[in-house]
Amino acid sequence: MNQEQQLDGEATGAEKALVALGTMKPGMFGHVIAFDASGIPDVSPDMTDRLREMGFAEDLEVEVLHQSLFGRDPIAVRIGRMTVALRRREANIVKVQLV
Amino acid sequence: MSAPSLVAVVGNPNCGKSALFNALTGLRQKVANYPGATVERRTGPLLGNDHIELVDLPGTYSMTPRSPDEAVTTDVLLGKFKAERRPDAILCVVDATNLAQHLRFVIELRALGVPMVIALNMTDLAARERINIDASALSHKLGVPVVETVAVRKKGLEELKDKAIEALQMGTLSTLYFGSTVRDYQRAARKIAKDVTLSEGIGHKTTRLLDNVLLHPVAGPFILLAILFLMFQAVFSWAEAPMTWIEDGIAYLQAGVHNLLPEGWLLSFLSDGILAGVGAVIVFLPQILVLFAFILVLESTGYMARAAFLMDRLMAAVGLNGRAFIPLLSSFACAIPGIMAARTIADPKDRLTTILITPLMTCSARIPVYTVLIGAVIPNTTLFGDWIGLQGVVMFSLYLAGIVAALVVAAVLKRTVAKGKTHTFMLELPKYQTPRLPYVLTGLYERARLFLRRAGTMILSVTIILWFLASFPIAPEGAASPISYSLVGIIGGWLEVIFAPIGFNWEISAALVPGMAAREVAISALGTVYSIGGSEEMVEAGVRAAIAANWSLPTAFSFLAWFIFAPQCVSTIAVARRETGGWKWPLFMLAYLFGLAYIASFITYQVASALVG
Repeated sequence: MNQEQQLDGEATGAEKALVALGTMKPGMFGHVIAFDASGIPDVSPDMTDRLREMGFAEDLEVEVLHQSLFGRDPIAVRIGRMTVALRRREANIVKVQLV
Repeated sequence: MSAPSLVAVVGNPNCGKSALFNALTGLRQKVANYPGATVERRTGPLLGNDHIELVDLPGTYSMTPRSPDEAVTTDVLLGKFKAERRPDAILCVVDATNLAQHLRFVIELRALGVPMVIALNMTDLAARERINIDASALSHKLGVPVVETVAVRKKGLEELKDKAIEALQMGTLSTLYFGSTVRDYQRAARKIAKDVTLSEGIGHKTTRLLDNVLLHPVAGPFILLAILFLMFQAVFSWAEAPMTWIEDGIAYLQAGVHNLLPEGWLLSFLSDGILAGVGAVIVFLPQILVLFAFILVLESTGYMARAAFLMDRLMAAVGLNGRAFIPLLSSFACAIPGIMAARTIADPKDRLTTILITPLMTCSARIPVYTVLIGAVIPNTTLFGDWIGLQGVVMFSLYLAGIVAALVVAAVLKRTVAKGKTHTFMLELPKYQTPRLPYVLTGLYERARLFLRRAGTMILSVTIILWFLASFPIAPEGAASPISYSLVGIIGGWLEVIFAPIGFNWEISAALVPGMAAREVAISALGTVYSIGGSEEMVEAGVRAAIAANWSLPTAFSFLAWFIFAPQCVSTIAVARRETGGWKWPLFMLAYLFGLAYIASFITYQVASALVG
């Protein structure tokens, strides 16, 4: 199970404003609201768990810090106290409410 | 006397686990390989207590393994690993500056029921970031002792030892469950972290500032390029002085042997055989150590992960990911550590592809071959005024040719034999740290030991065999080329049939055979074939002169092209067999490299011959 959109009843109102982390530009930041791998092709089914293990979690502040010069992919993001490098395709699983 | 108790040292990557392990065991650690597995077994007795043995398990984020080395950690902890008994206790290392993240793994471990001690590590960094953690509250919540440590300054080690002994005496630990999904663990970890954290801290500003420069879309790649350039520059210039000392030392020994022994086969065997042959290899120790010093420093500062980030796009183009950059970089020193470093690559297909292309990175053993050949056939002129030497440009092109070939081969392999799902790239970029000298020195000591052992065994025996083959049967008195009567001459004659189309004469063909054992031997083998005796330096100069006099330009170019691909040395094949678990892939590697080398040399020779006339 890797759809965890429904989150403690607080997702409903904010859902419209959610953006996928993989679409964000450097300098943009917000809070992690949900994880949703549906509709993203070619991601392995355990990817949501792997993102969590790398430190992604609901409510944490997330900020896109850097992107590669070539094709703007991968990106480096600050998540909580960590910096994690990942490709935009996997980052798209993380849904963010911008601040 | 019973077997010592086993304590497993575990933790997330970048928690300072290995530094703590080093501090707890000193230099008495043993590095071996788990039979059948692709992971090094690093163990050592606890300093001051030989009844406790520590084992340093690969860093992992969770009990769900994502790569072969992580699988070893989880299997050992669960008691499912055949080659290791289940640890009697766990020493879990936790980064105090990133508590919530690291506690998630602790929570998973608490379900195992194995006695556990937590080292709350990097408390000095936490203090600097103004993070304040209540260690006793944490200990109370987790039901296990928590000791504040600073591994690099050896702080808190005595208390840690005492707690570990107490934990071992307990035997078992009541299990604690916090849920069953990653999300449950995460929630529990964050709750506990929040409750025991007295002040949140300000984050690591230096890391942010440094990343703004080092990961800058334009400046970042240029800085990486500059670091790599500096690295190769250092390999050649810094290593020059110690290399001269080694050469002088060998020459001194040879002179000593000459004074002690009468002219004859024994003198020839000791001086031209053993001393010249082994000396020709040992002389590269400084270059290898400089290269490894750079790699170890880049690793311990945290820059290596950034390099992987910067290189990911390029690696993705050929179907690999940024992580493959690290083993490939190590392969410029030697393919063996490169192949071993490929263990960190999660996807088996990516890992296989990386292993197969490591021999294309120009390893330091090829430097002597290139140096001598270039010195012999490329004029020492400069391009663009006085700025760039032509010889340097040729050297650089040879390196570049290897890299391009590696990328092309990787792209082909990923579309054919190693076809699989595109794998992703995800990597924690750790905080920058000042490089730790003990870590670098321990690593260099380990490298030097391995290299000298190789020189003392493999290369020594090859040298001895080669000397015999080149010396017997003895040529008739007054023969023009005595060596053509020897076994080397005979074997070279057979091989010449195969190698004639690529421009190799029997002398080169004969030198290729020992070159398979260790590439760096090729030059001293040519020295033997051209009957050049004397010191290692004299052999190099003599071979250069012999090549300039006897080889046509197309032949020399063809030989250089051969060495870009040169079917790898015996040690590389052996390591590839161990790491891929069979003969299939090392034989494949041997065959494809031989094929590429032959084709490249053939084209080079024929085109050069046509151009030269």
